[in-house]
Amino acid sequence: MQPPQRYASLVEDPDAFRAACGRPLPSVVRVNTLKTSVKRAREALDAEGVGYEPTDWHPGVLKLDERGPGTSWPYFHGWLHGQEEVSTLPALALDPQPGEVVWDACAAPGSKATQIAALMDDEGVVIGNDNNLGRLSALRHNAERLGVTNLAVTNQDARNFSLKPFGDRTRDERRIEEFDRALVDAPCSCEGTIRKNPDAFEEWSLSHVEGVAGVQKGILRRAVDATRPGGTVVYATCTFAPEENEAVVDHVLGGDCELREWEPPEGFDTDPGITEWQSETYDSSLELAHRVYPHRNDTGGFFCAKLEVTA
Amino acid sequence: MSDDGTDSSDGTDPDAGSAAASDADPPENDSHRFDRLPATAGDRVVPGRPTRNEVIEWWDDRYGIPPSTWESHTFWERGNGKLWAFAGDVVSPVDAEGLGLRILRTRQEHWKPSTNAVQRFGPEATRNVVTLDGEEAARFARGDDQDLPRWDGDWGYVIAAHDIAGGVEPIGVGLYLHGELRSTVPKGRREDLRS
Ligand SMILES: C[S@@+](CC[C@H](N)C(=O)[O-])C[C@H]1O[C@@H](n2cnc3c(N)ncnc32)[C@H](O)[C@@H]1O
Repeated sequence: MQPPQRYASLVEDPDAFRAACGRPLPSVVRVNTLKTSVKRAREALDAEGVGYEPTDWHPGVLKLDERGPGTSWPYFHGWLHGQEEVSTLPALALDPQPGEVVWDACAAPGSKATQIAALMDDEGVVIGNDNNLGRLSALRHNAERLGVTNLAVTNQDARNFSLKPFGDRTRDERRIEEFDRALVDAPCSCEGTIRKNPDAFEEWSLSHVEGVAGVQKGILRRAVDATRPGGTVVYATCTFAPEENEAVVDHVLGGDCELREWEPPEGFDTDPGITEWQSETYDSSLELAHRVYPHRNDTGGFFCAKLEVTA
Repeated sequence: MSDDGTDSSDGTDPDAGSAAASDADPPENDSHRFDRLPATAGDRVVPGRPTRNEVIEWWDDRYGIPPSTWESHTFWERGNGKLWAFAGDVVSPVDAEGLGLRILRTRQEHWKPSTNAVQRFGPEATRNVVTLDGEEAARFARGDDQDLPRWDGDWGYVIAAHDIAGGVEPIGVGLYLHGELRSTVPKGRREDLRS
């Protein structure tokens, strides 16, 4: 069975789910607090007559009345970054602190990496990695436009990411050997982007889901291994398939990490992760993960789980 | 989108092409390799490499940007004279695709700041800031050159700024010569904006 029917049994209101999947997505921007304040960004939009509405749950995330933030002064100044509303959640779950060392395993084109840098007040180190060189140049362009200075960019396969370039296994006092936090915003089948990419369901195949799940497991495993005990790992996708979500997290549980409770800001509605899918069962702690369905908050679809590394 | 070189590819850089001839090349020109700048001339090992002190003084002398601005940044050279500011510190040399923000092109007679550097650090500038009116600012952001006889400050690289949302905000780097303000906004950053 193909999406969206494939997930009808998971949602309370399948008709609303299907209908929302067919509606275009509002254009949303995040205010870049490294270069301005929410107040000034809004003043600049007002002065230019660009209509917008702040989201109920985040004052720095604005829904534009019209499509495309491309041509306005506040955008030119790097005060705004076009970023889907739901895509601002994982960095909030990660909760990075100024001065920490944070890994963004799949970082291009950089929406979340630049948000992470802003949440850290541009202090500490964000290592933004991606295996796709072309997408990395978009990441660098975005980071520079937004004035980020704490981002180091690397081009590796995240599944066997090496810290050797950063002095791992040397005696250099500036070496980086492990991360305080890691974000895995994984490559996925992108079912949740159907409102932006109307082809997302047509291109869907079970074999792709199964193939990409293998990559996801490899990247999440590496993130848990590279993060210090007591550190945080967030796993996110923009897809509904349990094979790419709960099953991937379930795969790394057992021994050295556990799910942690995390609540999105008030006013943003999510559903709990599931513990059964077809013939599979997942650890009961997966209920602490969050599923975001498009009809709940008028956003794209999403999955987000917060883990703590315990050993 | 190339983030290197676009600033000078539009032909407004008076030193473009002459740098290699006039200064010694560093021994290593690997484009992925970043080397931390020596603190002072006394610490310098690679000939011609600018020092941290020179960079901090340059921003202060030219634009009045206080040295304390850079307290928590380290400076790095990649390739021949391209300097980057990084908020943290890592081992040197480090092999990476990017390290912080590209701020300055050196190893040429007139050092040239980048658009993104003046947008980020230019709000602190007190000298060589040309404040443009609405029409002029829109022209500048489009990448157009314009006559600006009223400027009586220094020639060379200036910070072009305008008034927005209750403050003066840098737009980018201008090259002021013979009564004309040339825009060096790189192609990938140019926009057609309201005046
Ligand atoms: C969902 S996108 C990331 C979006 C990004 N985090 C953002 O917020 O802008 C997934 C990324 O994973 C990258 N990717 C795929 N396989 C990878 C691997 N094995 N190692 C590292 N990155 C990978 C893709 O190139 C793609 O850019």
